[in-house]
Amino acid sequence: MTSYFNEMYQGTSVRAPYARLQDWMQAMPAELRQMKQAEAEALFRRIGITFAVYGEGGDPDRLIPFDMFPRVFSGTEWARLERGIKQRARALNAFLVDVYGRGEIVRAGRIPARLVYLNEAYEKAVAGFVPPKGVYSHIVGIDLVRTGPDEFFVLEDNCRTPSGVSYMLENREIMMRMFPDLFRENRIEPVDRYPEILRRTLASVAPQKCDREPTVVILTPGHFNSAYYEHSFLADLMGVELVEGQDLFVEGEFVFMRTTEGPRRVDVIYRRIDDAFIDPLCFRPDSMLGVPGLMDVYRSGGVSICSAPGAGVADDKAVYTYVPDMIRFYLGEEPILQNVPTWQCGKAEDLKYVLAHLNELVVKEVHGSGGYGMLVGPKATQDQVELFRARITANPGNYIAQPTLALSTTPTFVAEGIAPRHVDLRPYCLVGERIELVPGGLTRVALTEGSLVVNSSQGGGVKDTWVLAE
Amino acid sequence: MLSRTADNLYWIARYLERAETSARLLEVGARIALMPSAAGYRNEWESLLHASGTADGFARKYGDAVQRNLESWFFFDRDNPSSVASCITAARENGRIVRTALTTQVWDALNTAFQELRQLERRPRSEMELSFLTDWTMRSTALVRGSIDATLLRNDGWDFLNLGYYLERADNTARLMDVKYYVLLPRVDFVGSGLDNYQWTTLLRAMSSHRAFHWAYGGEVTAPKIAHFLILNSQCPRSLITCVEGMTNHLDRLARSYRRKTAAQDKARGILAELAEMRVEDIFDEGLHEFLSRFIGDMARAGGVIHDCYLNGDVR
Amino acid sequence: MLLTVDHKTRYFYDQPVRGVVQSHRLMPSVFEGQRMRRWKVSVSDGQMGGGFRDGAGDWVQGWTVLGPVSEITVHVSGEIETTDLAGVLRGHKEIVPSECYLRFTRPTEADAGLVALADGVNPASDALAAAHELSARVSQAIAYTPGATDAHTTAAEALAKGEGVCQDHAHALIAVARHLGLPARYVSGYLLVGHDGAPHEAAHAWAEVHIAGLGWVGFDPANRCCPDDRYIRLGSGLDSGNAAMIRGIARSQGEESLDVSVTVAQVQTQSQTQQ
Repeated sequence: MTSYFNEMYQGTSVRAPYARLQDWMQAMPAELRQMKQAEAEALFRRIGITFAVYGEGGDPDRLIPFDMFPRVFSGTEWARLERGIKQRARALNAFLVDVYGRGEIVRAGRIPARLVYLNEAYEKAVAGFVPPKGVYSHIVGIDLVRTGPDEFFVLEDNCRTPSGVSYMLENREIMMRMFPDLFRENRIEPVDRYPEILRRTLASVAPQKCDREPTVVILTPGHFNSAYYEHSFLADLMGVELVEGQDLFVEGEFVFMRTTEGPRRVDVIYRRIDDAFIDPLCFRPDSMLGVPGLMDVYRSGGVSICSAPGAGVADDKAVYTYVPDMIRFYLGEEPILQNVPTWQCGKAEDLKYVLAHLNELVVKEVHGSGGYGMLVGPKATQDQVELFRARITANPGNYIAQPTLALSTTPTFVAEGIAPRHVDLRPYCLVGERIELVPGGLTRVALTEGSLVVNSSQGGGVKDTWVLAE
Repeated sequence: MLSRTADNLYWIARYLERAETSARLLEVGARIALMPSAAGYRNEWESLLHASGTADGFARKYGDAVQRNLESWFFFDRDNPSSVASCITAARENGRIVRTALTTQVWDALNTAFQELRQLERRPRSEMELSFLTDWTMRSTALVRGSIDATLLRNDGWDFLNLGYYLERADNTARLMDVKYYVLLPRVDFVGSGLDNYQWTTLLRAMSSHRAFHWAYGGEVTAPKIAHFLILNSQCPRSLITCVEGMTNHLDRLARSYRRKTAAQDKARGILAELAEMRVEDIFDEGLHEFLSRFIGDMARAGGVIHDCYLNGDVR
Repeated sequence: MLLTVDHKTRYFYDQPVRGVVQSHRLMPSVFEGQRMRRWKVSVSDGQMGGGFRDGAGDWVQGWTVLGPVSEITVHVSGEIETTDLAGVLRGHKEIVPSECYLRFTRPTEADAGLVALADGVNPASDALAAAHELSARVSQAIAYTPGATDAHTTAAEALAKGEGVCQDHAHALIAVARHLGLPARYVSGYLLVGHDGAPHEAAHAWAEVHIAGLGWVGFDPANRCCPDDRYIRLGSGLDSGNAAMIRGIARSQGEESLDVSVTVAQVQTQSQTQQ
């Protein structure tokens, strides 16, 4: 029986960050709790925050369960996380600038050339281009799990367009509305500056040819996208237009949006669509979502695209293994946050080990996301294990494996009362002229007892994440 | 604002107004059907299908104009782009797209209408009287309209919403009148008969205007009075001139805030000027049907000009 | 050799279009084999957009046409001095690593037929000789037959058919080279054909294979040779689509038709006539 780190209790005593929640929890009768839970759900429905996180797809009107019990970090705990996250974000960006430039890390033999240059996410079209301020990934979402008081592991990096930040903001908003007393008693760092910092970050990477206050827009694939709510929510909070590809066009050296008063120049595009779709002239010619000619304008310094096309090569699950090396190579520092030990099935000896230990390991597809294409060995049936054995053997390079981590738990409201449930964390690091991190993030919780899968498509919920002021 | 956003707002209003019209048509049809009629009720329902511009679609799907099918067609049927269900769904979807251009109240009203519609669709039809469905439609659309008036910022988005409302309403009023005059009354000897009066009254009722009409005109219901009321009287909220005045007003506001006039203002002004000069006799000299057809064409062209000047994204 | 180029591409639209956007690779590559004397690209009713040198060393130039127009002409005219480097792309500046050109794309996928075509060729001992051998085999296997294939034909299809044009030859050579682990790419450009000065209906294309120690070397299986001073190199890519001289999209519902004329001629200079 694995023992899990409980973030609230150490034996019978309450850990300091959760001290004040103990009384709150005990003072809340079941009826009040149910009433509050219903109130929270009604608020979510009303504002229309019904969408899937992490590009999981599914019913756009589905509501992700919200758990009212907050997840808490002390200021000290957070300070270390913050240093680690920023360090990682810097290294990932340095890597991107490098591999689209001289490729020093490859030349130095620290990472195999094929892993980078034959990677599907490597965009030859941006080779030789350094985006403004040398930033490729402007919003880095780093998925973390905790296994002990000081043990944090990075599960994966998201350098393209990590989603879910609207939950971070809405969860807080709803908690403050429902439990104002809690916020008076605890000194909780605010997260509501995020939209403003994001806007400033985006404005700080205005293109070379921009000689005025930059116009920022969010580019969405459209209202059928499962994260459309988040796109429109962020646009609203930042006070910028939410555009679709059809709203933009290229004329001469610039990109413009179509308005009722005529063309208006756009300087920075925070895109929430994949590389393959942003410009049918450069990438997929059948894309209806993008803007023809956008890449030419981008590369000639007429517009900035965030994240930069090609940023995905840094968050590939096979490249992930090398992030600690990147930190040492580019920053000359030791990684503050650890990687989860990873076996790459593409390597013969790793493959052998993985196939022999499938019942203990978590196996993931290199390009998969959302908890699909994933095997949790200890929880899987023998049929599932055999299915994966066949799949891995057929295409080993497409799979990696990791040990099953003992994810920490936090108290969570469940039908029977309060019980520990496993959680992870995604903070959102903003990289522009400066690197900034709002104290908080999205905590996902596996609501099913014993489950380690926090994805909302598989029974996961979300929590407000607190960082206490020191 | 983005042309597409303006277009979405404009269509929210058009769909809501159209939903209301479909409900009104349904009500007119049901009332007229209660009457003894020379040509039989089918003929009258046909005319309503023609008025809504969906006769072909109905014929393809159902063939015969049976009352129950007509109710489905005008209210529930997703194959009918003008049905109440289609219009409310489309309005809500347009609203979701431009969620941030709406206030919480407007979105709530719009979203609630849609959620209630989904519940109605699940209820057995036998439980729901026709009047219940039409009342529900009027109430839902009125709630959205009221929220718009009470809470929305008076910016260009508000103007595009109102342009949609007025344009659609003008078109619909003209069509409803055309049904009565041209289709329901094929024989001249009906004119002035009890049947004629009953039909006119039904039409007024369908426009929630019969009381207003009586207050304004009194006495006998006659074709010229009705024509005056529904076309030339700017006190009547659904009259053609009221709608065109509304369009002109909102286009002028746009021209002022954008500091730029377009062909749209000229087009609306032209139509308004003609209506303002017109007497009822002129309309009957031209022929009511001919006049209404011309007006419906004018509205379609005005819609086209508004589209080209503001909504299609090719504005320079 | 001193060559002049006159290349007109005319697009006809059956309905007037607005918002035409194009991306060009129409400037001569900069390397020891080419010295540009004069070169001009124009687009009728066009507005020149952003231009840049990409990671593969090509000059990419954006153009837009506001419209509405029913016809667009892209006109390239220039004069260039060429030197025979036996196909070697010497002095060409680029940053894209050669490994990138090991990636298969739809037209360059190596099927069983292409794999069989490469059978027995071993690049390990002498990569250059292997590349020559592959090029010769492709020339042999695919007969030059204009009209036998179209713009979307894949290397595998052309080989199965045994017929094709320069595009198919290039794709086939790229496919077999990549299959053997040799980076290979598609090159678009012009070729001086004969001396009649008559216009042709298409530009030319060939392939380059990356040979360790030597760099990129051109092979033209369609003409059973390596590019010499009759060739003008413009741009490269993973396949014909990726290396296209002109890519464009028009905002329209209608149909587009195309008319291309290319004239490459040799200028008889004083010094040459005296030789």
